[in-house]
This record gives sequence, structure tokens and C-alpha cells, in this order.
Amino acid sequence: MVSIEDYGQFETAWCPGCGNHSILEALKRGLVDSGLEPYQILLVSGIGQAAKTVHYLKANVFNGLHGRAVPVASGAKLANQDLKVIVASGDGCNYGEGGNHFLAALRRNIDLTMIVHNNQVYGLTKGQASPTTQEGFVTKAQPEGVASLPFNPIAVAVAMQASFVARGFSGMIDHLAGLIKEALAHEGFALIDVLQPCVSFNKVNTFAWYKQRCYKLPEEYDPTDWQAAMQRAMEWGDRIPLGIIYRNQRPTFESRHSVLKQGPLVRGKTDLKKLEKIMDKFS
Amino acid sequence: MESKEINLLIGGEAGQGLVTIGELLAKSLVRSGYFIVVTQSYHSRIRGGHNTYAIRASGKKIVAPREAVDLLVALNPETVALHKSEISAGGLTIVDTAFKTTSDKCLQVPYLELGEKQFSNVVALGVVSFLLGLELEMVGKALDDAFGKKAPEIAEKNMQILQESYRWCSHQGVNFSKLAPASDIRRRLLMNGNEAIAMGALSAGVKFCSFYPMTPATSIALNLAAQASTMGLVVEQAEDEIAAINMAIGASFAGAPSIVPTSGGGFALMTEGVSLAGMSETPLVIVVAQRPGPATGLPTRTEQADLELVLHSGHGEFPRAIFSPGTVEECFWLTRKAFEVAAKSQGPVFILTDQFLADSARAIEPFDLEGLETVRVGIVEDSADLPYFRYPIYESGISPRLLPGMGKHLVVAGGDEHPIDGHLTEDLSVRKFMVEKRLRKEEEIVAEVVPPEIQGDEKPDLLLVTWGTTKGAILEAAAKLRNDSTRVGTLHFSQVWPLVPQQFLEVLQDAGEVVCVEGNAFGQLARLIRRETGFNFHRRVLRYDGLPITPEYILRALERS
Ligand SMILES: Cc1ncc(C[n+]2csc(CCOP(=O)(O)OP(=O)(O)O)c2C)c(N)n1
Ligand code: SF4
Ligand SMILES: [Mg+2]
Repeated sequence: MVSIEDYGQFETAWCPGCGNHSILEALKRGLVDSGLEPYQILLVSGIGQAAKTVHYLKANVFNGLHGRAVPVASGAKLANQDLKVIVASGDGCNYGEGGNHFLAALRRNIDLTMIVHNNQVYGLTKGQASPTTQEGFVTKAQPEGVASLPFNPIAVAVAMQASFVARGFSGMIDHLAGLIKEALAHEGFALIDVLQPCVSFNKVNTFAWYKQRCYKLPEEYDPTDWQAAMQRAMEWGDRIPLGIIYRNQRPTFESRHSVLKQGPLVRGKTDLKKLEKIMDKFS
Repeated sequence: MESKEINLLIGGEAGQGLVTIGELLAKSLVRSGYFIVVTQSYHSRIRGGHNTYAIRASGKKIVAPREAVDLLVALNPETVALHKSEISAGGLTIVDTAFKTTSDKCLQVPYLELGEKQFSNVVALGVVSFLLGLELEMVGKALDDAFGKKAPEIAEKNMQILQESYRWCSHQGVNFSKLAPASDIRRRLLMNGNEAIAMGALSAGVKFCSFYPMTPATSIALNLAAQASTMGLVVEQAEDEIAAINMAIGASFAGAPSIVPTSGGGFALMTEGVSLAGMSETPLVIVVAQRPGPATGLPTRTEQADLELVLHSGHGEFPRAIFSPGTVEECFWLTRKAFEVAAKSQGPVFILTDQFLADSARAIEPFDLEGLETVRVGIVEDSADLPYFRYPIYESGISPRLLPGMGKHLVVAGGDEHPIDGHLTEDLSVRKFMVEKRLRKEEEIVAEVVPPEIQGDEKPDLLLVTWGTTKGAILEAAAKLRNDSTRVGTLHFSQVWPLVPQQFLEVLQDAGEVVCVEGNAFGQLARLIRRETGFNFHRRVLRYDGLPITPEYILRALERS
């Protein structure tokens, strides 16, 4: 049986009190609760404070470029479907620099779990606005306050009928670990947007700020009801819903692909006899 | 009278079916034992514009396009006006009676009498087949192979119109010398450069291709997609080129040999990914099919102006190899080689081709697949000593590669500087070791470099030098320039990086006049050779008007300068 110790303990480069510590803890618990061993998973990240997560637990890891975690994860999953592939990166990385990949991933529905550490700011580059920064937020780069409307990843994902859309909060580790477990068990693309206080650069959306507003979706909430999900997805401000907001049973990309249906690409052999036949058609 | 060779040019608007006529003629010619060189030129539009499909055919091996046209098939009046100056002595123009063209070198074909409008390309096919001296059965078979199954309802009609048009032409007493029968008839394949790249990749064991459509690279991905289910690979159209290269890196990291076809603008978007492949030491084959830039340039024409872009692409320093095939055969073999070098050196390897070769169909000997091996993607067995580290430092710079999820080991890789375990480091002494380790891999690449091909006279008075797809043009120009008093040699680079001066510098130094011939305005190979060796070319013949370099172009340029 796999235990949390199997995932190791590493020294991190995060500030004390940063929400990333709890997300890391929840991730390990979610993995252990899913009975997954380190060698069975592949963690993919981009660049940012959040992206460092993948270096703080034992697993297969690919730490790529800022914004490009999702395409790397997609390629790796298509190459070896036996791997549980998890993206862990920030809001800037996934929704800003990698925005187009996020949209494409919602549509493709490759079996990935995407954990977005959403601190509503750029941590690593010291406090500029991110796509989810709220209006009016003042930074050195936006001295007059952010004028753009914040990106709503949950609403976009639900609107696109992504197959699993959830929100967690780093301040509720048990709940988040449960969401991660559910996401890992879900077949298809699973988004977990995780509210994460950044103690150094976000003095507005603090731990207390989130704590005051976040509430768990009630037991009777039906995440398969798209209309209801759309309503919850738009809820932000005084009250912020947490939990699985929307899910469906769309077929995965892999299940629709004639080659992938036969098994992992990496285990496939090239048959040159077949190529011989293909080349005959050129004569 | 018979001709040793015929250069045929079909011109018309997009949507008139000229490519269909061209392809069926090409197929029939190759099956009849002829060698061909196809040159396609088209406007960036789906209907209208002026497009051409040229076939130079000969019973002897030919390797370059020719400018003078012996048989002009004008599907619209504009073609006559645009190309009449190119008609050779003894040349003939085929027009529709309806064009009311008056010239004794014209064959007026009553298209609408021979077949309804939608069959006019079959009429043209019949007429031209007769004039070339092709056997009717041969052309009929090509037509049936192409459309018999696809459109069975018109198959009979197609055949009937083909026969009638062929016979009609045979009764016209046209004064045009057909092709002399081919002497070396054997089974050959009709294949263009991009098809050969796709076949080469399949033979190497490619398992993953991600791309974003861009002419003239798209057909590589389409050719792979057509065989994906048979050969067991995934071809995915990515949301953009940045995604394409990063997906391929992910797939390759996980163990699927991967290829990314693109063209200049798309490649420019990929360059951060090139750097990631270098840093993470992930094997990757990138095909850059060139077209004229800057920016969107001339989307459907040809150029060789991205050598410097590819050579310098990606920030930071890491080894790479750049292949530049000069023929369809080289497209196949060098693509295989690119996969091998990528796997061995664990990094990015490039194939530089261009629109001319991408679309240039030729008659080639079938590739012998017997005994060919697919690329090795790392040690996959479960027997690794644990813990496994991805980047241990060895003399060669190459670290044994295991695949994630194929055993109990863990693979940690990435684009940040790392110690041997693949995790993050900011230890500057580790940095120095790692830079040196990565750069040492260049020696492995150098050991595998394909030497430039030296042909023609030794210690020549005139040496023509080129790279990539201009190979055929310098070979044929050299043959024309060679005479009793002038010794002429050629040097062709099918790999432009790394350069190994011992392989060619002496040849350059021993020649009288050394001319670099390239399809760009800077003389990029000439600059590169000067940078690497100090050798200064005496002359440059450059072309950057969007058309491929021909032997005639070289001869004219040498006379002028
Ligand atoms: C192509 C590129 N552009 C910019 C950067 C600089 N950069 C690194 S992380 C980052 C933003 C990080 O924000 P986020 O993804 O929200 O992560 P956080 O640090 O907040 O966890 C930026 C702009 C980079 N590394 N690469
Ligand atoms: S800067 Fe913010 S996101 Fe980064 S470690 Fe510190 S608290 Fe966490
Ligand atoms: Mg952030």
C-alpha cells in the first residue's frame, strides 16, 4: 500500500504561509487516497511559484516552459496512456501565457488533471496582475489599478462543457484532497481551480478574504445540471462556491482514437511490412 | 522525329483540375519508364489565380527543372499570354478552340465537342498523352486507379472521353516530336519531397506528429495522417505552433518518436520550444519547409532563406543538426537519419526543405526497407538501478535515457538548469558542468555528419556550391558548362550544420572560381562557411523571386556577372 511517506519530503522555496504548501499536501493525499504510486504518475508544470510544486514530491516530472504545461502533458498522455498525467501550475501560466492551450484542452478532453494554483497574481515575477486579478488591483505594473475584467476559468470551462470542473481552496486541505481524488478518478479532462493566498503579493485576496467567502456546494447540488452549474460558475464576490461545479461523461480523446484504443503508443511496434504496402501505392 | 526530353507546362486557374491532369501524366510517364521533375507554382487561393504544373520528362535521369517549354497546355487564355515567350523552338501550345488563338504553333482543341465541360481535364489528358507518345492503356489505367473507385458513376464516361480525345489528336497530323521510348524501364515510384519525408519518418518508427497547418509543410502531416491508423501513430492538429512543438516534446519525453512539420512563420513561434528540447535533452525532429518571407511573404512559392533562422533558433546554447535534402531520395534517407541523430544526441534535429522540393514529384527507385531499423527511444526495460537520474555526466555528454512509467524508476526532466537528478538548481558550478555536458554531445553529431557531395572534375576551374533543394540545378548547370577547356565541379551540402571543414575546405581552396548558388538574398550558406572557415566565395548566384533555381538561371547569372 502506498503511503504519504512514499511521496517524500522536500525543502521548498515558498514563503511561509503561502497557499502552495497546502496544495502540495492535498495533492499528495489525493494521490495516496487514489492508491497511486509515484512511478505511475507524471507531473507536468510550466514556470512560476506554483510550477515548482512538481519538484517537491516524488514522481515522474517534466517541468517545461511558462504557459506550456498543458501541451506537454497532452503529448505525454497520448504517448503513454498508462501514466496518470497531472498539470500543476499557476493562474498566469495556465490562463494567461497558456490561454489558448487551456481552451483547446477543454475541447479535446484528453484524460488529464489540471490543478491551477490561482493566487490571482504573478508571484514569481513579483506581483504583476494575472488574468484572474480583480479589477482595480494596484501593482507596480498597473499603478492605476487593473482595468481589465478578470478571467473566469470556471465559467469558461462550464460554458465549453468541459468534462470535470471544480474549485478548491488551499485553506480546506481535506476538501481539496477529495477533489483531487475525484479528478484523478474522472476519465477525461479535469480542471481544479484552487484559490491560493499569496502572502507576499496579494494583500487583497488573503486567506481571511477567501475563508470568509468560500462555501461548499450543498449535498443536493447536482453537478450534471449544466444550467445550475453555469449559475454557480458566475457566483463570485460575497460568496464563492467550492466543489465539483460541473461534470459530464463525454468520451475522452483517447477513447475515440482508433490507434489509442489499442493501447499506449510507446508500446506499439512499427511494422515495416505495412509500410512496404503503403509505398507500393506510389508505383 | 522523337525528342530526348519534353518539358510540359499546364497552366490555368485554381479549380480547373490542372493538378489532376499533371498527376495522371506524371504517373503514366513514370510507369512508362521515364524520369520526371515536377515543378508546381500556384497562387495562394483556392479558385482563380494563375497556377502551373510543369513536368520535365526524359528517358535519361534528370534532376532539375527546365525553363523552356516544349508543350504548353493552356487551360485559359491568360496562360498563353504569360508563357508564350518560354516556348522552345519546335514547341507547341494546346488551346481551346473557344480561345480563338491564332498562331501556327497552336493546336486548337474543340474541348466541348469532345466532352462536357466537367470533363475538360480528361480531354486535355487524352490530347497531351497522345502528343507525348504515351500508350492509351497506360493513361487509362492511371485514370482508373485514381478515380475508378472514387467516382465509379463517371468511370466509364471518363474512359470514353479519354479514348476519343486521344484518337481525335492522332488524326490531326500535329507536327510535334514525341518522347523517345524510355530505355531503362523498371518499376519506379512517383513521389514528391514531402511524401518522402513522411515515408522516411514512418520507416524510422515515428509515433507522434503535431502540427498547425502551414504551406508548404502541411502535406507532411497529411501524408502521415493518412497512414496513422495503419502504422499506429497519432497525428494531432494543435491549436497553434507553440502547442505543436510542446506536445511533441511531451510525447517524445514519454517515448514516442516525434516529428513537427512547419514553415518559417510557424517555426518562429516554436523557437522557445526548440530551446526546451535542447535543455531538457528531448529528441525531436522538426521539418521547416521554407517559403519566401519575411512575415507571410509569398505563401505558396519557394525560397531557401531560413537557414540562419533555424541555425540560430532557440535562446541559449545547445547542439543541433540541420539536414538539407537535395532530392526526393535524400528526403527519405535524411529523415530517417534525423530521427537517429535526434535519438542519439537527445535534442532537436532539423530538416530544411522548401516548396519546390515539397511539391516536386520525381521517379525514384523503390526504397529497400529490408533490414532497416526503427529508432531506439531509450532503455525501456524495467531493470534500471534505482534511484535513476536523468542527467548523469559522462564523457560523451549523453546520459542514458529511461522512459517515465515504463518501470519503477522516476524520470525528472525539464527546462530549468538542473543537477543530475533533473530537479531545479541555482548552483553555478553545476551550471558550468551541465553546459559543458550538453555541448559535448555535438561531438556525437559531428561524428555522424553527412559529408557534402563532391561531383564532377577534380580541382575544377569552376566549382558550383549549394545546399538543399538546389542540388539538381547545379549538377545540370555544371554539365552544360563543362567543356574541353573548362573543368567544372559541384559541391552539395545535404547537411548544413554542423560543418566539418576537413570534409570540404580543401575542395574549395583547390578550385579556380568558387560560386555559391542559393535561393536567398544574403547568401546564407556562403556567410556561414566564411564564418566557420574564413573561406570567401568568389561569386554568388542568388535567387529570391519566389521561383526555384534552374540550370538556365545559373548559366544566365554566370554570363552576366
Ligand atoms: C515566455 C516567458 N515569459 C515570461 C516569463 C517570466 N515569468 C515567469 S513566471 C511568470 C508569471 C507567474 O505567474 P503564475 O503563473 O500565476 O505563477 P505564480 O508565480 O503566481 O505561482 C512570468 C511572467 C517566462 N519565464 N517565460
Ligand atoms: S510569492 Fe506568493 S506565491 Fe510565491 S511563494 Fe510567496 S506567497 Fe507563495
Ligand atoms: Mg499566480
